[in-house]
Amino acid sequence: MRIALFATCIVDAMYPRTARATVEILERLGHEVVFPSGQACCGQMHVNSGYLPEAVPVVRNHVEAFTAADYDVAVAPSGSCVGSVKHQHPMVARSAGDKDLEARAEAVGARTYELSELLTDVLGITNAAEQLGSWFPHKITYHPSCHGMRLLRLGDRQLNLLQSVGGIEVAELPQADQCCGFGGTFSMKNADVSSAMLEDKAANIKATGASLCSGGDASCLLHIGGGLSREGSEVTTLHFAEILASTRENPVSITGDVMVSGKAVR
Amino acid sequence: MSAREEILERLRGALKDAPAVPEVPRTYRTAVDAPEAERIRVLVDRLEDYKAGVTVVEESGVGPRIAELLDGAASYVVPAGIEEAWLADADAAKPGRRRTDSRTEPLTVTELDSTSAVVTGSAVSVAETGTIILDGSEGMGRRAISLIPDHHVCVVRASDITMILPEALRRLDGTRPLTWISGPSATSDIELERVEGVHGPRTLDVLIVRS
Amino acid sequence: MSTYLGMPTLPVYGKGNLNAVDSFPAAARRELGNTQLRANLEHATHTIRDKRLRVVGELPDWEDLRSAGSAVKESVMARLPELLEEFEKNFTARGGIIHWARDADEANAIVRDLIRAEGVDEVVKVKSMATQEIGLNEYLEEQGIAAFETDLAELIVQLDHDKPSHILVPAIHKNRTQVRDIFLREMPGVDPDLTNEPAKLAEAARSHLRRKFLSSKVAISGANFAIAESGTLAVVESEGNGRMCLTLPETLITVMGVEKLLPAWSDLEVFMQLLPRSSTGERMNPYTSLWTGVTEGDGPQNVHLVLVDNGRSAALADEMGRSALHCIRCSACMNVCPVYERTGGHAYGSTYPGPIGAILSPLMTGIQSEENSSLPYASSLCGACYDACPVKINIPEILVHLRSVDVESKRAKKVPTQMDLMMKGASWAFSRGRNLGLLEKGLPLGRLAAGRKRKITKLPGIAAGWTQSRDIPAPPAQSFRDWWAKEHEGGRPAADSVRGEKTA
Repeated sequence: MRIALFATCIVDAMYPRTARATVEILERLGHEVVFPSGQACCGQMHVNSGYLPEAVPVVRNHVEAFTAADYDVAVAPSGSCVGSVKHQHPMVARSAGDKDLEARAEAVGARTYELSELLTDVLGITNAAEQLGSWFPHKITYHPSCHGMRLLRLGDRQLNLLQSVGGIEVAELPQADQCCGFGGTFSMKNADVSSAMLEDKAANIKATGASLCSGGDASCLLHIGGGLSREGSEVTTLHFAEILASTRENPVSITGDVMVSGKAVR
Repeated sequence: MSAREEILERLRGALKDAPAVPEVPRTYRTAVDAPEAERIRVLVDRLEDYKAGVTVVEESGVGPRIAELLDGAASYVVPAGIEEAWLADADAAKPGRRRTDSRTEPLTVTELDSTSAVVTGSAVSVAETGTIILDGSEGMGRRAISLIPDHHVCVVRASDITMILPEALRRLDGTRPLTWISGPSATSDIELERVEGVHGPRTLDVLIVRS
Repeated sequence: MSTYLGMPTLPVYGKGNLNAVDSFPAAARRELGNTQLRANLEHATHTIRDKRLRVVGELPDWEDLRSAGSAVKESVMARLPELLEEFEKNFTARGGIIHWARDADEANAIVRDLIRAEGVDEVVKVKSMATQEIGLNEYLEEQGIAAFETDLAELIVQLDHDKPSHILVPAIHKNRTQVRDIFLREMPGVDPDLTNEPAKLAEAARSHLRRKFLSSKVAISGANFAIAESGTLAVVESEGNGRMCLTLPETLITVMGVEKLLPAWSDLEVFMQLLPRSSTGERMNPYTSLWTGVTEGDGPQNVHLVLVDNGRSAALADEMGRSALHCIRCSACMNVCPVYERTGGHAYGSTYPGPIGAILSPLMTGIQSEENSSLPYASSLCGACYDACPVKINIPEILVHLRSVDVESKRAKKVPTQMDLMMKGASWAFSRGRNLGLLEKGLPLGRLAAGRKRKITKLPGIAAGWTQSRDIPAPPAQSFRDWWAKEHEGGRPAADSVRGEKTA
């Protein structure tokens, strides 16, 4: 299968290793990955902050990049950005009165998958240790991000994949379904409430005794990790794609460094 | 322009885009078939959950059970038209306690407040929600009588029990004064924890009569 | 004569207790500082969440009921003027009297006149959001009429000279010990040995109000539902204070928003399954009363209904926001909201707090009103409210819609805000892969700024909100895009190529 990667802006700029892990998993399964180079961002920050006219060129750019490229399905390692592509893009196009863009946005949205959704529903991965060689001998916990859970209805797909990784121990996160408090510009506009939510999320994570918290959205993980770091906690955050990419031969450390012959290479 | 006309005009103006009137999907359950024993079982379970007292009796057991329940009552009120047979044992045991209320000869609020208990029938009940509905017809009486006395003894005939709410509402005339009762009065206002017994009757005893 | 003379100009916004006085972030900061409040709210909201999930999970057709409820309300909104006229005809035919009120002031004056006509200066009240919204109690007090709240939580709030913080349990911000202290301080003749057991507190309220119930000539209520085809009104309650008010006085005055209608009796079977389970987490609330006009010899013989607009027509005029009027005031959205859980209801200013309040208040008052423009931002858009809503109001979508209404309304301002500039800049960066790639060339600079600790701990301007409680890790040396082009693809053909070209 030819799979187009939508890296998402935050992963592209801040967490390239998450995108590289995504590529690695898919290539390991024998698929061809392409990267439509015109891509940038889904535009949900603009939409969610009320800047619809500013969102229009961002959405148009995404739709054009993923209409021009030749692929079977598109994938992004983010529930939130896929949620935006599927649910917001047609609405933004409508707000701009562009029927053609709306139709093309619907078409792109229809074949865009979140990573766990692609792995589980399309590629039939039920056991990451056996089918992907995933190996990660650490105690982790897992935060299901809101948009994956409620917009995309991912259910336990990410968690099930993590639980099937070799050597792993997954501790249940208390009040896992509670938002971490990120919410895009909410974390800046309502910094106090956001911080209070984050504080509770961090406390629940620490209570599990896990050495890291995994999840499927780099933005939430940046937020949670930023809070843990500020508290001076040793607990880190790591995208589930990086855990799936980790193998006995090339293990990934809890800080996300890929180890080759005992040396961190990224 | 009157307030009425102006408000209606505003609302019409607000709807100038003429939004579509959707078809209502009635795919929810409108009836659940269950034998009498099952309807009784579920109703008992729900009422007990609400901390109501429940007894299941044959027709012949109603009188004796009501006599037991009213044993400690100094007085009790009944609506005109209630089954005489239900009260025979109570009156035989301790005569002179009964007061009868009707729309044409109502008791005063003060009289009702000094009455210990009330006995009524019921129109229809919903097993799944533990709800008993009174519609003010004969044997149920005015709304005030089942409200002011602190102890309500309510007789429910098994044939009047439906499994779910839609079945029950379809048996009722919605324009009658209706009182739906699901357990004794209660509140969840302090820390969202339920406590039974506030302004309505603090004790609810239900007699379910098998067919 | 001009045909348009006297025609209303839309939208006409609502008045009364619908406005935030402080901006939400400022009010939230104040409330967050109250640790007792946060503990009370956490306890109460978590208790009710579990109860709701349990009773909702019992019904195999919950989603069908939600869909039906949503469609019924959508059709009510689309047919509102004709349904109101139908209701009026039937209610009036059964002996009820209807009054129409354009706004809060008019509604208050109507109620005052009706009370005065009965020659009394005391009334009992059963909990009503509509009367809270129009500020009826405060108004009546100014007019020399005492209105006694009879719902336990409303009584607590009234005795404490406080404001409600929740639409179902207005005293949710108080714990049992605080309630006991309020009763000891404010309730005449209360047992000085009163304990903090909820059952004892309920009993104290019972004895305090009993005389009032039995002697009041006039009662004021709200209504949960009004059935157009029969002219029937319904009040859903728990304590029996509703039955007392609706049954014993000679005169009953009900105040209701115009949107509360249901077309037919058969619609009630949907809503009376949705409402109790969503609000108190019970299979059914203890008491529901229904009345259709006047019943001779049973209950109040003077039955009034005040139908209030107060900004509802303005909300209805917003095509993307009008479904906020579907709200049946169950409070499930606030009980599951992580923002409400931490700030409580007072932070929202309006009578309607939580997620529904964050959309309903600005829809009814207009986004420019007071500080209400800050309300649509009081959400992380986690979506828990939409999942919990029994009539499927897509609250996150309406929040986002109102944010854009707010941004548009401020465009005309001469000086763009930092947020405006950030959004403009990001729009440029994100509308071309090339632009983003160019920006990403600056990543090593960020790395430099992060220094040896490999984290950024302080940012200026609006981004300072972020670094107030969170670090930012050092950016990577190379973006994914750069790595892909240089290392992964190397000399391979461009990814945008079609499959044929690649092998050719």
